[in-house]
Amino acid sequence: MIQRLIPYPILSACIFSMWVLLTGFSPGHILLASVIAILVSRTMLALLPEKPALKLGWAIPKLAYYVALDIIQSNILTARIILFGKKDREADFVLMPVQLRSPYALATLSIILTATPGTLWIQHDPSRHMILIHMLDLTQKEAWVAMMKDRYEPLLMEIFE
Amino acid sequence: MIQAPNLPGWAALIVGILLLSGASLTLLGTIGLVSLKSFYERAHAPGLGTSMGSILVLSASMICFSVLQTRPVVHEILIFIFITITTPVTLMLLSRASVYRDRAEASVDQAPPDLARVQPNAPNNNDCKGQKKE
Repeated sequence: MIQRLIPYPILSACIFSMWVLLTGFSPGHILLASVIAILVSRTMLALLPEKPALKLGWAIPKLAYYVALDIIQSNILTARIILFGKKDREADFVLMPVQLRSPYALATLSIILTATPGTLWIQHDPSRHMILIHMLDLTQKEAWVAMMKDRYEPLLMEIFE
Repeated sequence: MIQAPNLPGWAALIVGILLLSGASLTLLGTIGLVSLKSFYERAHAPGLGTSMGSILVLSASMICFSVLQTRPVVHEILIFIFITITTPVTLMLLSRASVYRDRAEASVDQAPPDLARVQPNAPNNNDCKGQKKE
């Protein structure tokens, strides 16, 4: 019954909290937010047959922590490259195999890659499970690939697969 | 010209530092957008503004209005979430358009490796679930 009424509970919770954050706490708006959260999340039924199997757990805060660290670090690196330049810097494409299969996990990975300047998600090949990345500084390549394999992929797998 | 006269000194200092560093990072991103050499390198630069730049400016706004209204004001988080989840769409569209052009024009020094030719013997299945098409 609950499943039928709220097919996407996480999406509904997100819409609810967005509405409440935008309009402020008042009984009327909380009621309106609930109605909108339930109705709007139902539109996803027409769009998406596949439900994300999201596992809530410690992996999510851990991922957020790593992403935050990574954002700060890559911002400093990229800012330094733009400001002062770097002599032996080479920018090029990097082809990397990925273990992730869930489209949600891949989408999250692409968001993380875009949020960290210095890496640019170009293409994903679903038949060969490869991603094509452009890196601003190739000297970071080894460290970055290791970080992908050791940190992000296992965490994303734990959350989405 | 003081826009927030009720803001205590310590808060004004924190807000000022956050705001200025966020704005400088964003400015640096736009400078990089002009000064870096190839298209793909330039596409990295605006990321400064959409990641750390916006985080700093938004946290300045959160601190400023939380102190002024003496209640937590956190709806700036929504701005950050929406910026973060929409930037990849634009960047991917731009870079894919550029990749397509580079491959079509076969400019060898710029074009990225063609994913379809990396492993010639791999099976060519089409179960990509409405994701990106090759």
